[in-house]
Amino acid sequence: MLSTDQLRLMDYLHGGFPVVDRPFAAVGEALGWTEDHVIESLRQLLSNGVLTRFGPLFQIERAGGQFMLAALMVPEERFDEVTALVNALPEVAHNYRREHPTLNMWFVLAAESADGVARAAKRIEQSTGLAVFLFPKEREYHVELRLPLCADQGVSHGTWRI
Amino acid sequence: MALGAFDRALIAAVQGGLPLVARPYEAVGAMLGVDGEQVRARLQSMLQEGLVRRIGAVPNHYRLGFTANGMSVWDVDDAQVDTLAGQILQLKGISHCYRRTRHLPDWPYNLFAMLHGRSRAEVESQADVVASVLGPACRAHDILYSTAILKKTGLRLKDH
Repeated sequence: MLSTDQLRLMDYLHGGFPVVDRPFAAVGEALGWTEDHVIESLRQLLSNGVLTRFGPLFQIERAGGQFMLAALMVPEERFDEVTALVNALPEVAHNYRREHPTLNMWFVLAAESADGVARAAKRIEQSTGLAVFLFPKEREYHVELRLPLCADQGVSHGTWRI
Repeated sequence: MALGAFDRALIAAVQGGLPLVARPYEAVGAMLGVDGEQVRARLQSMLQEGLVRRIGAVPNHYRLGFTANGMSVWDVDDAQVDTLAGQILQLKGISHCYRRTRHLPDWPYNLFAMLHGRSRAEVESQADVVASVLGPACRAHDILYSTAILKKTGLRLKDH
């Protein structure tokens, strides 16, 4: 279980990390903490896996890149092997196992160009022998999910996007 | 617009995360041979351009108690999908929502909405609300629950 302090920090950071010379000190000031306490708390959240990442989140599409949702029908007995083959590609940004009678592996390909995504999909087909289903975005409806982590803390200035 | 050499180097330096030191931008600059001010200036402009969505923390939602994560998928009449999607955005528990290409006959669904709850029952009730908003324009739907995160690293630029 997370402590109230950890929740406050995560909630605060979700609104955006300051782009100043000593940003952890600035966050500490807002929360009434020392700079060291902010850094140490983040280190812990990352090392115990509560946070998967801390840093800039890029929308590579703004620079000609592409994110592409893709799925595979993986035979159950090959699931681990195919997971390793798919995850080995740097273009695979996320990969989830999902419950479905056929399409049971869903991942996101991210590359600097549409060509890069197409090449990665082709490589996965070659290495796994399975057809890659691509689900190009036709339209993104903008949502900002706010998970009620600590709505009563009064420090929120952002929304969760997970 | 393709990425310039400095942008590629900057993204490569921070895509795994910002260093957890008192002056993280200075530390990134040291890797790139520039000062922290140049790193901050470019990150600020990337934020303005939308190339950086935000600088922040990405949680493992399972670890936050949101153990039921369903990709809800809906086969919605093409003529009405955009209007109806606008209405379901307002609902609780929905994060990403996209219109995507169908793969007939295997995959009839064109609307994707991620649902998050503390239990599957919570996700099911969110889906019920979505279904009621979509009404007869929706011909079929499904919820694909995630049962394992196999990888979650975010963007990685390849070495050229």
